[in-house]
Amino acid sequence: MSAVMITRKVRKWEKLPGKNTFCCDGRVMMARQKGVFYLTLFLIVGTCALFFAFECPYLAIHLSPTVPVFAAVLFLFVMAMLLRTSFSDPGVLPRALPEEASFIEMEIEAANGNVPAGQRPPPRIRNVQINSQIVKLKYCYTCKIFRPPRASHCSICDNCVDRFDHHCPWVGNCVGKRNYRFFYLFTLSLSLLTIYIFTFDIVHVVMRSVDATVLEVLVCFFTLWSVVGLTGFHTYLISLNQTTNEDIKGSWSGKNRVQNPYSHKNIMKNCSEILCGPTFPSVLDRRGVMQDDSPSLETSAIPSSTSDSTVPQTTKPTAPLIPNEHTPDDAKPSIATSTEISTSLTEDESALHKVPPLASPETDAEASIAKGATH
Amino acid sequence: MDGEFHNLQELRHSASLVNKVFIQRDYSEGTTCKFQTKFPSELESRVERTLFEDTVKTLNNFYAEAEKIGAHSYLEACVACATAYLIFLCMETRYEKVLRKIAKYIQEQNEKVYAPRGLLITDPIDRGMRVIEISIYEDRGSSGSCSASSSTSGSTAP
Repeated sequence: MSAVMITRKVRKWEKLPGKNTFCCDGRVMMARQKGVFYLTLFLIVGTCALFFAFECPYLAIHLSPTVPVFAAVLFLFVMAMLLRTSFSDPGVLPRALPEEASFIEMEIEAANGNVPAGQRPPPRIRNVQINSQIVKLKYCYTCKIFRPPRASHCSICDNCVDRFDHHCPWVGNCVGKRNYRFFYLFTLSLSLLTIYIFTFDIVHVVMRSVDATVLEVLVCFFTLWSVVGLTGFHTYLISLNQTTNEDIKGSWSGKNRVQNPYSHKNIMKNCSEILCGPTFPSVLDRRGVMQDDSPSLETSAIPSSTSDSTVPQTTKPTAPLIPNEHTPDDAKPSIATSTEISTSLTEDESALHKVPPLASPETDAEASIAKGATH
Repeated sequence: MDGEFHNLQELRHSASLVNKVFIQRDYSEGTTCKFQTKFPSELESRVERTLFEDTVKTLNNFYAEAEKIGAHSYLEACVACATAYLIFLCMETRYEKVLRKIAKYIQEQNEKVYAPRGLLITDPIDRGMRVIEISIYEDRGSSGSCSASSSTSGSTAP
């Protein structure tokens, strides 16, 4: 099994546990369901093709040649923003490695104290103070981390996404910290494009009194309201520095005098933070090459260094924490926590005493992941 | 113990990993990347408090520099938007530049300060910016007793 891994260069995206699809050797990252994304592409490209084919020649001659030029620029911008939103990492938070997970387990256990057997342990919540406001961080049983503030677990992609906004089937990706700006620019430019095409369709109908453009007028008319409405909604959210997720849940609706701790209380500041803030890097390192055998647990300071024989021993024993599909959900936390804690502790001890573990469960899991990734 | 390991390679070869300490994020000022400067008890016998705090504070300053919203980020955002973000195909973002500085700084600190004390810091970008991971290495002969003590202190930490 290890021979297979050594002969082929394994990149990190192949081992990512979420439900994503990757193209171009990890450069492109999307959700698995892409049907609606193709519909979006078809609608935009189709409408624009009709516009360029039937209206533009007439309008360019009888009105102005700048009409198709501006439409083309707008169209290219819309496509660039759409593809950027769809193909980029929305801000996925990588799952905790076994050691970090067991460290967090130990912390939880220490905080909870001794829970009698059969009694439900307290919910896994950590309170942090953000701008003098208490915010609850929830524990994610899948990713084995306390979700950072504003992060949420996307059930469709099975990843925790930082500053999670929503999962958008139209763009076929989550919208989060890293692609929210592109998403907003996409909706904004798409509204402009729709209004533009709609206007010149009507001009065309008036000037020539033909009804060939009726189809376009209909598509534009129905798109117009939804897209302009969406743009308006997101403009409102940006001005308050909220995410769609927080808006739907009513996190900062003013109940219990809870206010949005992330807002600068200034519309201009909020807009500039979201639209002109720094461009965050992806923390997944999708194109990075997996270190052979020991899955890059300790070799980050100098990646070229060869991991010696002791390291795999310390990393392997905690492997039972990795397969997260089998973890019980929030519904049965008592069983989950007790078993997890006990396994993590015993595994940890065995790690410390350097007892070589059974390698078969991990290798099986890895093989199945690799198999899944190749499909 | 001090001065026993001269570089990182040697440390990994001649010692065994006994424990890892994770420095958590400090969210008191919002979601900008900042790490807690609280000194973990596991490191007490290994490294001076001031050295550790210096390292974390320097890292925090680097992240603050990367995430600062100012003239530079406005310019970058406007130029990028005007080119439909195609400029990033051939230009590094400011954040990426700072990340390279951070990687270099961590390597330096590891070589100068932490490796000789049997410690190694992992770049937070490799851990999803959630934690600073500090690996504690132990000389092979004496790992048994020390590891037990460090793991118990880990479980009592809040």
